[in-house]
Amino acid sequence: MATTDTPDLDIKTDIGNFVYPEKHKYDAGKGLSESTINYMCDVKEEPDWIRDFRMKALKTFRDKPMPTNWASKDLNAINFDEIRYYLAGDQKPSRSWDDVPDDVKQTFERLGIPESERKFLAGVEAQFDSEAAYSNIKEIAAKQGVIFVGSTEGLKEHPEIFRKWFGKVIPTGDNKFSALNSAVFSGGSFIYVPPGVKVSHPLQAYFRINAQNFGQFERTLIIADEGSEVTYMEGCTAPKFDTATLHSAVVELVALKGAKIQYITVQNWSDNVFNLVTKRGMAHEDAEIRWIDCNIGSRLTMKYPGVILKGRRARGEVLSIALANDGQHQDTGAKMVHAADETSSNIISKSISVGHGRATYRGLVTMPKHLKGCKNNTECDALLINTNSRTDTYPAITTRGDHNSVQHEASVSKVSAEQIFYMQQRGMTEGQAMSLAVNGFINDLAQHFPMEYSVELKRLIDLEMEGSVG
Amino acid sequence: MKQQLEIKNLSVKVEETEILKDLNLTLPRGEVHAIMGPNGTGKSTLAKALSGHPDYEITSGEVLLDGENILEMEVDERARAGLFMAFQYPSEIPGVSIANFIRAARQARLKEGEELEATQFYKALYEKMDMLQIDRKFTSRAVNEGFSGGEKKRNEILQMAMLEPKYAIMDETDSGLDIDALRIVSDGVNKLRGPERGILLITHYQRILDYIVPDHVHVMWNGRIVKSGGKELALELEKKGYDWIKEELTEPAARA
Repeated sequence: MATTDTPDLDIKTDIGNFVYPEKHKYDAGKGLSESTINYMCDVKEEPDWIRDFRMKALKTFRDKPMPTNWASKDLNAINFDEIRYYLAGDQKPSRSWDDVPDDVKQTFERLGIPESERKFLAGVEAQFDSEAAYSNIKEIAAKQGVIFVGSTEGLKEHPEIFRKWFGKVIPTGDNKFSALNSAVFSGGSFIYVPPGVKVSHPLQAYFRINAQNFGQFERTLIIADEGSEVTYMEGCTAPKFDTATLHSAVVELVALKGAKIQYITVQNWSDNVFNLVTKRGMAHEDAEIRWIDCNIGSRLTMKYPGVILKGRRARGEVLSIALANDGQHQDTGAKMVHAADETSSNIISKSISVGHGRATYRGLVTMPKHLKGCKNNTECDALLINTNSRTDTYPAITTRGDHNSVQHEASVSKVSAEQIFYMQQRGMTEGQAMSLAVNGFINDLAQHFPMEYSVELKRLIDLEMEGSVG
Repeated sequence: MKQQLEIKNLSVKVEETEILKDLNLTLPRGEVHAIMGPNGTGKSTLAKALSGHPDYEITSGEVLLDGENILEMEVDERARAGLFMAFQYPSEIPGVSIANFIRAARQARLKEGEELEATQFYKALYEKMDMLQIDRKFTSRAVNEGFSGGEKKRNEILQMAMLEPKYAIMDETDSGLDIDALRIVSDGVNKLRGPERGILLITHYQRILDYIVPDHVHVMWNGRIVKSGGKELALELEKKGYDWIKEELTEPAARA
């Protein structure tokens, strides 16, 4: 198994590679036990039902084995006793940009959050370590009755909505890491969009890990009520550290009748991060859920966004891009569970493997026999740069009955030396040439992304490819 | 500083086989030189070696671009120094439009932190396209993907127009073109001739020289320039064939 600290791999984007002094008023210390959870609940002043929920989840986490029977053995490198499960500064979630501490602002500055996004800062909820350092609902959204708060605030202030849906799409015991998240979650967003409301601007959150050995366990729950529409954007950069960092989020989406949710992620983790995320949505009748998921960096990413197509004519879509550079393993894919007639799903996955980088696609599509008129389309394209890189595809499509249709296409291509030579002869550096080839490869998919995200993605790929030239 | 591309005693190996042997050639700016010769004589090797293709090993010699030795430079550095090669078989770059491709090439010529101004870029691009009579739709197509032979060569000429090289090496630009495509491509090259640019036209056939009239013609054989002359040399070759050169060379062949 590839490791990440070979000296010539010291090529990560310098964009997240800086650390500010850490001042954490609340620190649960290393390791995980009942007392860690009690400490968290006390500090966060959480209701008892959450304490019980966390305690049960802890037991589930302990009982569940590591999924190393099918997943990477590298998971065994995670030492759960060395991880800090809860850290928080002494600032309460603040409502205005002026209240945000200067060093936090400086961090955002250095992360290069584009100017266009600063315009939307009024709507940004940014996570700095485990508490939201900055949270402000866009005025218009608030006037429309949209709730956009941190998960802790959500469960305290809006229990009637929160409790109804929390843990319903992804039960605690779904997998070992969803159980871990359920035990120690903090941060993340809670969003509720009332019936018929179409949120015009995307709601955004930036996450950032800034403490060594600190696992980040955000929990996001989005409910789009009947006929409503919302787009949520999540971007992550982590500064670089020498020891492994664990990130294990759970994201649950609920699209009620006729609602639309689009969830967009661009992740750029440093290459020592384990990024083990469970994301799933439930689409009711005529509802639509679309995951756009871009994974760059990390030591190991395991993430398979899914949609349960629960109501008739529900639609689900996963558009994903994974870039595995030297020493990295992107194990990503999608799950589509058809549970009603005339449901349709679309999966387009593009992976790029560089050097010793490894990309794996895992797909799961199920259509039971009693259903009619269901459709799935799956496309997986892999691009290899340098002969050492590796790509695997494990599509599991289970279709029963004669009244449904599935389509699966896969391709593997390479960036050839002649292509690189051609581009270099036009004056581009080797890194620029590879970057252009990669951008061309993902181009048809990136066109579906909002403008500012495709721009940011291109910038991240440029940095990543520049760094990958030896 | 002399404004010329000067190839001095250049020897080049490919996989242990010596292809170019002690080759000498000087291309001043403002001139068009044609290199002619039979297949397998090293013409394309010269183009690729000058560009810095990694499969071509320079065993001796110098190539001076306006006095500066470019053999120490990377492929992209040579390009930015003003050397352009029109490829005989240009690669496809899937998903990258011609416009974005040329934009990336122009961007690569800017200082770090400088950003290409989009409106100016498109203005320049459309001017060159009008000059070369290229349809506006052309540049939204992915580079060379599904292109006909003629389209590939026009794409090369458009890139040359946009990158404004000091020296352009055109490797068998006429190969695979029908007479109409040949005329269009030649028109383009003629429009790009000028005092600021030297053009090295590599070709097997005399045909293209009816459209692009060279200032000098060199005949290449067995890895060397064996005969140089004016444009009439091309006509003589057309009439007599390459055997005539070979025969001329057989007498002093003992020294080879």
